[in-house]
Amino acid sequence: MAVDKFPVEGSHIMMFARSVGDDNQIYYDSAYAKGTEPGGVIAPPTFAQSSAQFDPDYFLRPKPGEDWFGSGKDATGIKKKSSGGGGGGGLHAEQHFEYHRHIGPGDVLTATVKQGDGWEKEGKRSGKLIFSETITEYHDQNGELVITARGVGVRTERPVDQ
Amino acid sequence: MALSASNLNAGDTYTESLVEDLKRTQIVMYAGASGDYNPVHTDEKFTKELAGYPSVFAHGMLTMGMTGSMLTNYVGDGRLTKFGVRFTSQVWPGDSLNATATVEDVADGIVNLKVETTNQDGVVVLSGYAAARVD
Repeated sequence: MAVDKFPVEGSHIMMFARSVGDDNQIYYDSAYAKGTEPGGVIAPPTFAQSSAQFDPDYFLRPKPGEDWFGSGKDATGIKKKSSGGGGGGGLHAEQHFEYHRHIGPGDVLTATVKQGDGWEKEGKRSGKLIFSETITEYHDQNGELVITARGVGVRTERPVDQ
Repeated sequence: MALSASNLNAGDTYTESLVEDLKRTQIVMYAGASGDYNPVHTDEKFTKELAGYPSVFAHGMLTMGMTGSMLTNYVGDGRLTKFGVRFTSQVWPGDSLNATATVEDVADGIVNLKVETTNQDGVVVLSGYAAARVD
């Protein structure tokens, strides 16, 4: 997802850390964080994924005035037939991060996305699997590369057997 | 606290319990913080009736985020240089997860770790690697 402006903020870092069950003080207490090796609040390792919040077109967020495929009165808010395949959004197969610097409140990032490889595989539990890779580069306000992320998404022919 | 290269040996392991009886509410918290509102994670009706799964399930990135917490507890704050994973099985409400980092090698001030997260049945749900700066 391409993002022009991803301001890294303390309250967002705190909420993100809580959501992954991490109560490390470095994620919410700036006085404590000052005495740690990084010298200030930093973001948890997978925080860059929340750049989705700053992508105006991110398709997995309901938007005012637009159909949303989650349930309301019916199981889906979209009237046309689903294309199937794991329920619309596909599944996340792989995620990789390379940290060039650890980000923190005050950083303002951009995210640029390059399409990577695509491949197919026959899965035992879900039929044909279609993989696609994206590489996201996060740069800071000084134009320096801070995080390189590589994600692999997969669309399945049918829901994964349990 | 950072790790010291002189105290690390290939095969050393560090394990943490990430979550016991994962609650749907925690999945909702992750959706809200990350911005990934895919209904398969929070909308039981959609997920059962349309997506064809027995219940909502956790974001892979929630499992990766919880596993990241184990890693930073082990290697210290701001020490990670790489962290990558494959999501090998879905994580469901009610699951209890354990994550383990295993030292593969230490060289030039970097420790390379194998990372694995398993559920209460011993099924590997996440498999990957990490690298971190050590003293």
